[in-house]
Amino acid sequence: MSKNTELISKSLEKRHRSEKRFRFFGILGIGTAVIFLITILSSIFVEGKGAFKSTFIQLEINFDQEIIDPNKTNNPEEFKFANYKLLINDALKNYFPEVKDRKTFRDLSVFISSAAEQNLMKLAMENIEIIGESKKIWLLASSTIDVIHKNPQMENFLEEDRLINNIQMSWFNALKKNGDIKFGLNTNFLSNADSTEPEQAGILGSMLGSFFTLLVTLLLCFPVAVASGVFLEELAPKNKFTDFIEININNLAAVPSIIFGLLGLAIFLNVMHLPRSAPIVGGMVLALMTLPTIIISTRASLKAVPPSIREAAIGLGATKFQAVTHHVLPQSMPGILTGTIIGMSQALGESAPLLMIGMVAFIVDIPGSLTDSATVLPVQIYLWKSTAARGFVELTAAGIMVLLTFLVIMNSVAVFVRQKFEKKW
Amino acid sequence: MKETVKIKSKKLNVFYGEKKALSNINLEIPERKVTSLIGPSGCGKSTFLRCLNRMNDSIEICKVEGQIFVDEQNIYEKNLDPVLLRARIGMVFQKPNPFPKSIFENVAYGPKIHGLANSGDELNNLVEVSLKKAGLYDEVKDRIDEPGTSLSGGQQQRLCIARAIAVSPEVILMDEPCSALDPIATAKIEELIDELSKNYTIVIVTHSMQQAARVSNQTAFFHMGSLIEVGKTEDVFSMPKEKKTQDYITGKIG
Repeated sequence: MSKNTELISKSLEKRHRSEKRFRFFGILGIGTAVIFLITILSSIFVEGKGAFKSTFIQLEINFDQEIIDPNKTNNPEEFKFANYKLLINDALKNYFPEVKDRKTFRDLSVFISSAAEQNLMKLAMENIEIIGESKKIWLLASSTIDVIHKNPQMENFLEEDRLINNIQMSWFNALKKNGDIKFGLNTNFLSNADSTEPEQAGILGSMLGSFFTLLVTLLLCFPVAVASGVFLEELAPKNKFTDFIEININNLAAVPSIIFGLLGLAIFLNVMHLPRSAPIVGGMVLALMTLPTIIISTRASLKAVPPSIREAAIGLGATKFQAVTHHVLPQSMPGILTGTIIGMSQALGESAPLLMIGMVAFIVDIPGSLTDSATVLPVQIYLWKSTAARGFVELTAAGIMVLLTFLVIMNSVAVFVRQKFEKKW
Repeated sequence: MKETVKIKSKKLNVFYGEKKALSNINLEIPERKVTSLIGPSGCGKSTFLRCLNRMNDSIEICKVEGQIFVDEQNIYEKNLDPVLLRARIGMVFQKPNPFPKSIFENVAYGPKIHGLANSGDELNNLVEVSLKKAGLYDEVKDRIDEPGTSLSGGQQQRLCIARAIAVSPEVILMDEPCSALDPIATAKIEELIDELSKNYTIVIVTHSMQQAARVSNQTAFFHMGSLIEVGKTEDVFSMPKEKKTQDYITGKIG
């Protein structure tokens, strides 16, 4: 072995070792990340899966004509004014004849959700022949009963740590023994907006709020950002002024999002007097926040297009603008769209700026337009998380599941779009 | 030999920022002949070529002084539109650069943006004629809708030539068109240049002296930003007047 070979082989061991060490740390890092990810996802899933089912209690309801239609009109519209609570109370009294005094009965009446009254009303209005008859009907249980039903271990808790007292517990067990309590699909979760009662609260309102908000964001942001990117990258003269603008755009991308919220509050609400809590304002604020992201990704993708394509078009006598719109822009579309969807995902998960413009309000109506009061998914999650009632815990987790699902869908679209457009000719 | 001058540069100086890339170039390029520009790397031959259709405009730091006349008209005049100039003076680049579109779209692009074809039939015809002139038609006629980038390197370069011809330019500039091609593809392009010179004025930058000798009628030798010698190709190669030219073609410098 020559002297050099010896030297090299000596150093080689050290060089290989450092590579191995780095590789080890890399695997360690990835492993840790995966473990954390699995932990967080499984805990959300375990916590949230209960929100998709709710508890129902079967009672024999007597559709008493005296109560539903005292004037004997047989007109379903008249049924709206009836007190269906009485029907439920009668049925409960029949089920538990031992309950006599008012105070004890109050403990029993909390078993059934107030949403059940609405359901009975609907049933009576749609099936007029049911009036005067008795029928076994599954009624939505209240959130308290739902929590007990979903956490059987609570029966062994001390009375004061449980949500219900011992007598209520015995009623619950009686229902269970008779097979008159069961789980059913929680349709409220996907069809309602927020509510003070956990069993009636749903995510649809905030889903639509997010949808309208993001729609405004996309429509405002995408054309403006792409046009700005094209202008700055391809057509604007390169001088101190455009450098200054470029630096500012890069800085803007790093501005805390709440600042944009304050800006929205000051300009859109206080100066322009746009409606408070409305998706249109939320969308405008998020558009301001997302603009720099899309501009930066547009410029980066334009830069990545080989100059030979530009030269080919310009050499043929295309104007600079034609060269860009006909050739460079289509080529850079995958990058631009990926940047856009990343920006939109960011906007979907954003809550801080929306708090500033009042999208944090408690709203029970499902928004139908851009100017209706609404909230968005992350804010809804925040609202539920900060509510005391036990039933909101699983709703919070379920809300996170919905939000994550949307993020995964949007990112899959980004991957799909990238692959579709990136098809190199 | 009586020749009409197509392009004439007068006291042309080009600067890249502080650096002078070309100094005092006076060169006449005859019509419907092939003029080759030779010289070592960095001698300014490509810069000169790119001045002829003002492709250098897009380089911010590039400054051009002096005049270039195309048919007696100064192309660096203030009110001359470089877009129109580039339609009259086509260009073929070093690396084949077809658009990532179909073969048809590649050739049809120029006529489309300039509005040269009034109907679909006319456009089809124009594309066919251009491909035929570039000697590519027989090879691609069955797959005209396939991507231009699916062709081989030599075919791509001929596609680029067809694309340039489709706009019916008066002059075709070629910037080392064969440097990325194998010898067979190169031979085909050279044949094509020979054929095209019947109808077009061609200026070609080349690294290969053999190529210059084979295809061109006139040769200009550049060195360090200056035009050293220009003359009939056979004269420049067989009895160069300048020592530097002699050194270059015999391989002493370069």
